[in-house]
Amino acid sequence: MVKRFGAVTALAGVDLVLHGGQMTGLVGPDGAGKTTLIRILAGLVDADEGSAQVLGASATQMRRQSLGYMPQRFGLYEDLSVLENLTLYAELRALPDAERSATFARLLDFTDLARFQSRLAGQLSGGMKQKLGLACALVSQPQVLLLDEPGVGVDPVSRHELWDMVRAMAGEGVGVLWSTAYLDEAERCDQVYLLSEGALVHAGPPGEMMARVAGRVVQVAVPASERRERLHALRASGVVMDAVRHGEALRLLLRQPVDQVDPALGLSNADIIAPRFEDGFIDALGGADLAESALAAQYRTIPENDAPAIEAKGLTKRYGAFTAAGDISFSVPRGTIFGLLGPNGAGKSTTFRMLCGLITASAGTGSVAGHDLRRARADARQSLGYMAQKFSLYGDLSVRQNLAFFAGIYGLSGHAAREAIAHVTQVFHLSAMLDMNAGTLPLGFRQRLSLACAVMHQPPVLFLDEPTSGVDPLVRREFWNHITALVDKGVTVLVTTHFMDEAEYCDRIALVHQSRLIASGTPDELRTLAGAGQGPVATMDQAFAALIRAADTAREKAA
Amino acid sequence: MSGLSLRRLRAMLVKESWQILRDPSTMLIAFVLPVILLLIFGYALNLDTGRTRIGLSLQDGGEAAASLAGDFRHSPWFSVVEVGDVPHLKDDLVAGTIRGIVVIPQDFSRMAARGGGDIQVITDGSLPNNAAFIAAYAEGVRQSWTAARAGHPASPPPLSLTLRYWFNPGSVSRFFLVPGAIAIVMTMIGSLLTALVLAREWERGTMEAILATPLGMGELLLTKVVPYYGLGLGATALCTLVSLLLFGVPFRGSVLALFLIASCYLFCALGQGLMISALARSQYVASQIALLAAFLPSLLLSGFIYEIASAPRWVQWITLIVPARYLIPSLQTVFLAGDDWGQFLPDMGKMLLFGAVFFLVTRWRMRRRVA
Amino acid sequence: MMRWLAFLTRCRAMIVKEMWAVLRDPRARIILIAPPIMQLVLFASAATLEVRNVDIGVLDLDHGPAAHEVLGQMAGSPNIRVLVPLASYEALARAIDRRQVLCAVILPEGLSRDVAARHPASAGAVCDGRRSNSAQIMGGYLSQIVGQAGLALRGVEARAGGQNGLPGGQSTVRHMFNPNLDFLLFVLPALVATVASISALSVAGQSVARERELGSFDQLMVAPLRLSEILIGKMAPPLIVGLVNATLYLLVITMLFGEPLRGSLISYYLATFFFLTANIGLGMTVSSLAQTQQQAFLGIFLVAVPVNLLSGFAAPVDNMPLALRIIAQADPQKHMVVLMEGLFLKAMPMMAVLANVWPLMAISAVTLTVSTLLFRSRME
Repeated sequence: MVKRFGAVTALAGVDLVLHGGQMTGLVGPDGAGKTTLIRILAGLVDADEGSAQVLGASATQMRRQSLGYMPQRFGLYEDLSVLENLTLYAELRALPDAERSATFARLLDFTDLARFQSRLAGQLSGGMKQKLGLACALVSQPQVLLLDEPGVGVDPVSRHELWDMVRAMAGEGVGVLWSTAYLDEAERCDQVYLLSEGALVHAGPPGEMMARVAGRVVQVAVPASERRERLHALRASGVVMDAVRHGEALRLLLRQPVDQVDPALGLSNADIIAPRFEDGFIDALGGADLAESALAAQYRTIPENDAPAIEAKGLTKRYGAFTAAGDISFSVPRGTIFGLLGPNGAGKSTTFRMLCGLITASAGTGSVAGHDLRRARADARQSLGYMAQKFSLYGDLSVRQNLAFFAGIYGLSGHAAREAIAHVTQVFHLSAMLDMNAGTLPLGFRQRLSLACAVMHQPPVLFLDEPTSGVDPLVRREFWNHITALVDKGVTVLVTTHFMDEAEYCDRIALVHQSRLIASGTPDELRTLAGAGQGPVATMDQAFAALIRAADTAREKAA
Repeated sequence: MSGLSLRRLRAMLVKESWQILRDPSTMLIAFVLPVILLLIFGYALNLDTGRTRIGLSLQDGGEAAASLAGDFRHSPWFSVVEVGDVPHLKDDLVAGTIRGIVVIPQDFSRMAARGGGDIQVITDGSLPNNAAFIAAYAEGVRQSWTAARAGHPASPPPLSLTLRYWFNPGSVSRFFLVPGAIAIVMTMIGSLLTALVLAREWERGTMEAILATPLGMGELLLTKVVPYYGLGLGATALCTLVSLLLFGVPFRGSVLALFLIASCYLFCALGQGLMISALARSQYVASQIALLAAFLPSLLLSGFIYEIASAPRWVQWITLIVPARYLIPSLQTVFLAGDDWGQFLPDMGKMLLFGAVFFLVTRWRMRRRVA
Repeated sequence: MMRWLAFLTRCRAMIVKEMWAVLRDPRARIILIAPPIMQLVLFASAATLEVRNVDIGVLDLDHGPAAHEVLGQMAGSPNIRVLVPLASYEALARAIDRRQVLCAVILPEGLSRDVAARHPASAGAVCDGRRSNSAQIMGGYLSQIVGQAGLALRGVEARAGGQNGLPGGQSTVRHMFNPNLDFLLFVLPALVATVASISALSVAGQSVARERELGSFDQLMVAPLRLSEILIGKMAPPLIVGLVNATLYLLVITMLFGEPLRGSLISYYLATFFFLTANIGLGMTVSSLAQTQQQAFLGIFLVAVPVNLLSGFAAPVDNMPLALRIIAQADPQKHMVVLMEGLFLKAMPMMAVLANVWPLMAISAVTLTVSTLLFRSRME
């Protein structure tokens, strides 16, 4: 299939077969053509060349009763209740009346939404909306299920639940197409189609991707004090295609099997570990860019200071009787990365927004770079850079205009402004698209522009709200490369993320659940804590799930 | 594709109705706007002139002059708010505190004694209607004063005209404004709201999910038309009741005729709204087009306030494609005159024709595709 | 000094950004400039309360010299386009019912005889009360025409005092500022107020609501911008667009319609400036209250209708009941209509201008304060 939009080729000759009873993953960075492909299959977009057959008929002529489709924005009516949304789609898909109560009961139970039947869809949390969207797509027991990024912006626990729900459907013979930018999800599919810039990079079982890098993924323990030099040496050697932190250790993807690597690099004691789908993906794309961060090179050094860069003391936000965040306290020393994790709707965003001054705390105090949020809000704002979760620059302004605006509102003018703009333009490779509308940039570049706007005035503190949501692994590497290098210059970073492997970059993590801080510590500490005395669990993903389960159990006991 | 399914239609209608009921802005337009419009039309848009503020320049000290000045002071048409010399009063005219000046000149009493006696009337021509009114009524005051002075009533003019206003003997302006209010409200609901709600479905991504279900395009359009048709009829009924009960506007035609006329216009307005949203999928653009192409023409080019025949020819040509132009006469007739099917049917035919064209364009432009 | 510099830098960035947001899209640029000018020209042509070119029916049962004279006078009137001869009362009723004629004049049998005999004679006229406004105006014209025909028949000059049995004396009338009572001269200045108000309200009305829906609002809130800087930035586009449009109106009115600005240019821009700020305050109040763009748009509409209708453009404020006259004092457009009529037609001096500008300043102060308070409370 081929689809062009003007000069842009969204899909360049893609072949895809979807089998009943299988989970087929459609993987690729944002802008790779996933949505276009799914829309063609749903009969909502015409292919320019090639054809799409669904259930034996062309996609535009198929029996739509047998199709379950969940678009990226779920297609829920926010001003209708959960039950009303479900009823609407049941009627549209001609669910027989006799089966209705049984089906609804099953779906509501399945999605754990039975308690919220009469709540308006607009008032559900992101995870719950996702589940409701899925329930609406499933309501008439479709034979084909097309899901467009059902996991985006959803916390790992909800994502697991969603996955299990869909997996169960596939077990009953439904053909499922699951599109995602999360590569760990791809790992668990039966078949994977990997798209990049409209072209098919890989098609087949996910194991093939892992197999191509077998024996080349290693983990080596490096003390924090030596980390920088070791990374530098490894990069210089040219052997390493990818290097990421894993707690106190480094996780490396090598160009050749570890036993063929120069012993001088000190990898002899490295453990060979199981590769991930992502490793294969990076290998297929030729490795990550591991150059020193040009951003940090020109960044001012934030002066040493004993006072914490960010501090929360008993921060509380109440909306009427509902407590969105209760008694949250932590402090972040200068020059560290602090991760704020938690399920959707747990209070993580509320805490984040209180600390950057977007909402006023009902109780407690917070400070940023020594400026109290109540008394010196303007000073606090001047010393922080903020990157929002959704793209929140001005989409209808050009890249250049966005940069000029952010330089101006942070008080840069004349020569200083021109210099700062020129610098970030070069660092983030934006020079070719200075006159494009920011809204039309590919997602990776939009995120780069957002970060560029946040750091132009060289603030001592950065607030990053899911900075890498939806972008491909290479851009994520680039981001973290910048972030870690800035931290070395003394910048303090507060970050939220749903990518648990990114949590590994954090010096400390706070886990927020049901409006409370339930655990905090280094990634290694949390993994140990989650193991409950039986040794640390392997991944942050598991730690996250285990700690939340433990908190729930403790809560039920108390009640 | 599959045929019309009552089940799908019903489900979509229920959904649309809930959305209408839950959005305060929809209810505001459907039920608050009509009342505001009627109140303003009923009380504020009074084209029947009342007491006008004038200044008086009394330059003659005589008894006759004082007597005429007294007549001006007690006239039901004028209220004398300023007395002084002409240059001073002209400043007030410029400032707008008075609308006219009556000058009783120096030798007025002397001339009056001889059976003459001229006065001077200076008006504020920047308000042409007011100015003409002042000129005519000032002369009237002077004439009756002269006649009374002469001891005999003014002899009637050789030829006069007895005027009668059919359908509205008192010539009350709010009577003719009510149909205009109904037209505006129906245009708002039919064209503007429909254009906005469809654009909203595109913007919020719900259209994509709906299009992937078995719902047919015809069904989709139908479910957008029916609730807003109901809302439009409801608002029309509200307008009618308020104007009947509060303003005493007569209703001489039949409910059936009003219902049919309103239905034909709503068909046309809904078609226009759907067409706008089929051409513009963003709320901002849709709202601007609806304002320029539907609302303003129905207010200004429909003949409801301004006489179409008095406009330049090129403007008259433009009014031919303003559907409200065919609605206003029928509405005025059904309220004030009674049923006249010979007039209703051709106008209803034209509105249906416009509606049919709008729906055809919509059906042709609106495809089951998101890109 | 440094603080002022930073303030200016931030303000400039805000203003430039807001201007780009409004003007970058070429479609938006057209929407902002073209429709106001189009409206001005189109409505100036359509919005006339004069009644011209209408068809009048005549039921002539007299056929004598009096009828001849009346018909002759009517045929000469610029307000009447065609005289439609009607054969009977039935035909007359039908012609009115079907709106073929606005009014029908009835010249009864024996009219000429009565006039000749110097009896008070009376013709009749039936007007279509459904169009009561036009009918009233036309009725006035017809009375005048018939009256003049009567005088002409009697063979006397209407103005000769005393000789024709009428008491002497007369009024000499002078219509200042607009000697021929040309309705267009009234409409053009009033339209400046109407069109500028709609444009400013709709731009200001979208400002906050749009930013909130697009999600860039948070970005603005975490920046070290003061409330005043954000508001100055938000006010800039409607103000600048409004002033540019005001300049265009001035050009169109003076060049295309040939009506000069008799007041001073400074007064014109002073009045326009504070009129725009008052409307921007209204627009931003609605925008801060609205949850969505749709609500902002419908809300603006709900405000614009009464603002327009109470302004004295559609009907004189003098004619309104006391309660509405008081409410109209809070309507910026009411003051603007007075100012524009004054400046275009009356060469209004500065003192009189200021007397009408200060209410605009007061309205601006109130609406801008309210919108600021709402804006601040919505920031939480």
